[in-house]
Amino acid sequence: METKAVLTLANIHKTFHPGTNNENHVLKGINFILEAGEFVTVIGGNGAGKSTLLNTIAGTIFPDEGSIILADCDVTKYNVRKRSKYIGRVFQDPRMGTATRLTIEENLALAVKRNKPKGLGRGVSAKDRLLFEEKLAMLGLNLETKLQAEIGLLSGGQRQAITLLMATLITPKILLLDEHTAALDPKTSAAVLKITEELITSKQLTTLMITHNMEDAIRYGTRLIMLNAGKIVVDVKGVEKQNLTVTALMNLFHQNSGTALQDDTLLLG
Amino acid sequence: MSLDLSILLSTSSQGLLWGIMAIGIYLMYRILDIADLTAEGAFPLGAAICVSLIVTFGWDPLLATVAAMFIGSLAGFVSGILHTKLKIPALLTGIITMTGLYTINLRIMGKGNLPLTTNATLVSQMKQFFETIGVNPDFAILALGACIVTSIIVLLCLFFNTSLGLAIRATGDNEQMSYANGIRVDTMKIIGYMISNGLIALSGALMAQNNGYADINMGIGTIVIGLASIIIAEVIFKNLSITKRLITIIIGAIIYRFILAMVLELGVEPSDLKFFSALLLTIALSSPLISKKFFPKKSKTTVQRSDA
Repeated sequence: METKAVLTLANIHKTFHPGTNNENHVLKGINFILEAGEFVTVIGGNGAGKSTLLNTIAGTIFPDEGSIILADCDVTKYNVRKRSKYIGRVFQDPRMGTATRLTIEENLALAVKRNKPKGLGRGVSAKDRLLFEEKLAMLGLNLETKLQAEIGLLSGGQRQAITLLMATLITPKILLLDEHTAALDPKTSAAVLKITEELITSKQLTTLMITHNMEDAIRYGTRLIMLNAGKIVVDVKGVEKQNLTVTALMNLFHQNSGTALQDDTLLLG
Repeated sequence: MSLDLSILLSTSSQGLLWGIMAIGIYLMYRILDIADLTAEGAFPLGAAICVSLIVTFGWDPLLATVAAMFIGSLAGFVSGILHTKLKIPALLTGIITMTGLYTINLRIMGKGNLPLTTNATLVSQMKQFFETIGVNPDFAILALGACIVTSIIVLLCLFFNTSLGLAIRATGDNEQMSYANGIRVDTMKIIGYMISNGLIALSGALMAQNNGYADINMGIGTIVIGLASIIIAEVIFKNLSITKRLITIIIGAIIYRFILAMVLELGVEPSDLKFFSALLLTIALSSPLISKKFFPKKSKTTVQRSDA
């Protein structure tokens, strides 16, 4: 009760293609309160509703039922642009978070002016550059010397690191990470996850991170939720989360959902 | 020799005027990544407005030219609204606006061809000015075109490095990311439509003053000329920043105009010229594929870099 709710999802339902043969009830009454400073990992099999949940929070998808309260503001009917004031987001595809033909500094400049009116002032000011150099240096990827390099010339990992920086340059109310390392090779993925964790801890960011990898879900974050068939079936935090193991998580899942875990990718991931 | 020089002079002058239109087309096709055909209507619109204002209303040619540019951007605004707010696909949007503009252009001119008989134009004023300072007036159009082109390129380069310009470029590059960063993508597209068609109408207005008349059919092939200029520029000069790219498009337009002049010199009927334009564009567009196929080892580009 003493902590502040940053995000409240109340009874969220979403059905795709209602009234057709392809009707798919993806979210079946999600109730969820995200508190300030929490770093939540979200796990679940294919079709469990993870991405739909994240898209609903971001405003890409509107729920059929229920309400979304973000930073004490009912944003249920807000579109992506209006919600962008509160939300930083990193997509799975490294190409989606940055503009290819713009330079590193131009991309970062867009993030610094997120949701602000765009005028005829300089796109990238000298002051901006100093800030960007400082922030890029923190990534440890030697990008601070390449402000004028086109984003298209960078590797997937570098682009994802920059997207992360863009998402957090103006501290967002919540940071949404949608399997943002899934398209990277294991080594790069680990490096980007490390940067992610450093950014989140240093800025005390309230974060939702979807992952396909059960071990990552256990290793990172302060809270873990597991989705199954459109419902939250596991929700652990605090000491319980710290001591969580893959076996314990599978038992919890079995207990709460009444079925055994069947998704191989989740177990082997 | 003197004949060659005059061809060179006239092609450069015409190329400069075309170049303004090609830059307008470049903004839509490359920067915003929208296939917009409004150009085919906006080009004669600019000509019709400018000539009508000069002939019928006795406007000062400079004012008439500016007005033509403004009205052209309104045509772009209409296309922008159709595309972004009414969600009509870009190609159809262009066809709708250009079809509607045909009637509007006829109404403005009152007939299919409106000549500038004895009226003062920017071209005639420039020629007069050159005579008074004792310079060959044949260079007047070249100088006029160069002045306008230079100011347009400078203004556009400054503009595309402002916050607003950056947001427009980002919208064309990655709409989803722009949206997620709070950019009003529809507004950005509409602004792009307006700048683009304003420039195209300006080009039409200047071309009419150069030719001495506005014609209802002078818009036919606008897209082909614009695209050919862009493609020639991109084939010859690869991977450039936006400033340099805009300059090369002007060069591309001059080269294209020069090629057409050569084709005419070879004895091709002017009425057959459009076919050669289409052929030339096909060759230019397919040249990257052809060169890759026949000279596979020649390309030593290490990094695949998209063009901006």
